[in-house]
Amino acid sequence: MTKSREPKAVRQVRDFPEKSRLYDSPQLLKAPSGVPGFDEITGGGLPRGRPTLVCGGAGCGKTLFAIEFLVRGASEYGEPGVFMAFEETEEELAINVASLGFDLTKLVAQKKLVVDFVRVERSEIEETGAYDLEGLFVRLQHAITAVGAKRVVLDTLESLFAGLPNPLVLRSELRRLFRWLKERGVTVVITGEKGEGSLTRQGLEEYVSDCVIFLDHRVTEQTSTRRLRVVKYRGSLHGTNEYPFLIDEEGISILPISSLGLTHKAPTGRLSSGIPRLDTMLGGKGYFKGSTILVSGTAGTGKTSVAAVLAKSTCERGEKCLFFSFEESSAQLMRNMRSIGIQLEPFVNQGLLRILPSRPTVHGLEMHLVKMHKAVTDFRPDVVILDPITNLTSVGNAAETTSMMTRLIDFLKMRGTTTFFTSLTARSDDLEQSAVNISSLVDTWLMLQVVRSGGERNRTLTIIKSRGMSHSNQTSEYRLSELGIDILETYLGATDVLTGSARLSKEAEDSAALASGAEEITRKEKERERRRNVLTRQIAELEDQFQADQAALERDIGEASRRRARLAAGRTAMAESRHAFAAGERTAKEPKRERRA
Amino acid sequence: MRAKSRKQNPAVEAQWELRLYIAGETQKSVAAFANLKRICEEHLSGKYRIEVIDLLKNPQLARGDQIVAVPTLVRKVPEPMRKIIGDLSNEERVLVGLDVRPLESKRE
Repeated sequence: MTKSREPKAVRQVRDFPEKSRLYDSPQLLKAPSGVPGFDEITGGGLPRGRPTLVCGGAGCGKTLFAIEFLVRGASEYGEPGVFMAFEETEEELAINVASLGFDLTKLVAQKKLVVDFVRVERSEIEETGAYDLEGLFVRLQHAITAVGAKRVVLDTLESLFAGLPNPLVLRSELRRLFRWLKERGVTVVITGEKGEGSLTRQGLEEYVSDCVIFLDHRVTEQTSTRRLRVVKYRGSLHGTNEYPFLIDEEGISILPISSLGLTHKAPTGRLSSGIPRLDTMLGGKGYFKGSTILVSGTAGTGKTSVAAVLAKSTCERGEKCLFFSFEESSAQLMRNMRSIGIQLEPFVNQGLLRILPSRPTVHGLEMHLVKMHKAVTDFRPDVVILDPITNLTSVGNAAETTSMMTRLIDFLKMRGTTTFFTSLTARSDDLEQSAVNISSLVDTWLMLQVVRSGGERNRTLTIIKSRGMSHSNQTSEYRLSELGIDILETYLGATDVLTGSARLSKEAEDSAALASGAEEITRKEKERERRRNVLTRQIAELEDQFQADQAALERDIGEASRRRARLAAGRTAMAESRHAFAAGERTAKEPKRERRA
Repeated sequence: MRAKSRKQNPAVEAQWELRLYIAGETQKSVAAFANLKRICEEHLSGKYRIEVIDLLKNPQLARGDQIVAVPTLVRKVPEPMRKIIGDLSNEERVLVGLDVRPLESKRE
């Protein structure tokens, strides 16, 4: 049984939502191959009930493709199959495909598959008269009825040409064979080796004209790439480009993406970068979910650290992160991140973080794309990190790398995965021009720089762009320490941001100034208190004095009025006793004086 | 039996086991059988055994002897196994294929 894969229906539609419906044709029935990517290119698989020719050079994977078609048909689609082998015995075949994870022996035992080795050895055969190939027909018929096969593979009929002496008989029998197979309604795959100037050496293409698939194995600049092309597919639309594919321990995987349209959605959720102050600088909330982020910088600026911080915060939230490392091994990366206080092992053990290191020169660019594509569909991460993408230019030139990155970004955006790239800028380049020119494709671009001043180098971070949000335009200094990445308070000097020791001295100055300012205020406040107290006392004294004066004056006035009163009383008394004045005259004057007094 | 003659014609002394694979009663298979009987009588009299296997009745037997063409004659004994395809109309070829010396040499 093949290694466990997700149910075919879910996998196909979800991963390539747009593409799978692109080549649907209502009339022609198709037999799904189960090879990831192939059914998308052909709109469903191989034509049902018709023969398909798979041709290519030696070692390009024809037999494997045919076997995978059969094995997946038997185990995933409930269609038993027959494999007529003309070149390898049953045992050899079982061993050869065991490396792909296919257990032929088990399938044969379960009566889902029949493998029949037909040996045609020229030296054993003597032709003595008229004959036909009914024996082959009989064997095929027997095999098909034994398991109720719906799929048949003939690998490779060209052996018959080598074995049997009379090509005329052979060709007419082959014609009869294909008619016979069509009558039975089985989907047939025949393999053929590439000929000079023709698709196959023996011209098998004249018998099979419904569907022709060409496999290619090219070596350019010491890296080899496998490619598949649907040369012909009668009755159906199909992708006509060359699609790279790889063969690994799960069989064949084809990458059907040559270029996708810009049809992805724009999610509005945000996710934290892992550095709180950076989130603040990015409109307060961090990166957009499903966006692409580029961090560029010269060597030693801490790009990988910024990536690792994002990985950590993603895993802490319980989401999955896939880290493609093109420079460091898994162990080295984890050790280096420990020095800034980021522990990645626990997340790896929990299955939330997967680190995939690979040297760029191991494969061609296309192969990298296919591998990444496969890793992403298998692991289903929420965040993907590539560190650094500039290493990929060692495998292809800048234009090819850009094209590959464009496709990768398209693919990841369609899935809504947040992508994070780091890019190394060479010292001599213009810092705002990244070597792999994807700066126009990414949504957020952070630039890390090294500033030299006062005999030291310090690191600064600038947000060059961040689509869809208002972001800070301030260049800030940041620091890597055992506690992680820290973005520090900005200090503006005469012309630029102060970093390093310059900022420390400025900080000291400022705090000193603050401190002395505080003292000044306290002092002044005390002064004010003192003054008030003094004045209050003075006022009190004056008031007392005033009171005293008042009292004295009151007394005097009192006394004076009493004296006057006594005087007036004495006079009246005297007058009365003397009866000296007339009754009406003085009495008129007296009351006036009385009144006045 | 003279030892010398045995060495000269060892093949003739052993018992021959021949299997003729056919697929139903067709013109070719009928012709093949007739030709085979005649050749055996002529060159192997008494020392042979013919088994006719009809693949339409027993298709599974085609696999064992790796039969592709029909009619096919298989010489099982003596070893090594030889296969002859066709309706056996070319007698010379049949003899070469079966590795049978013609009668004349036997008398010598």
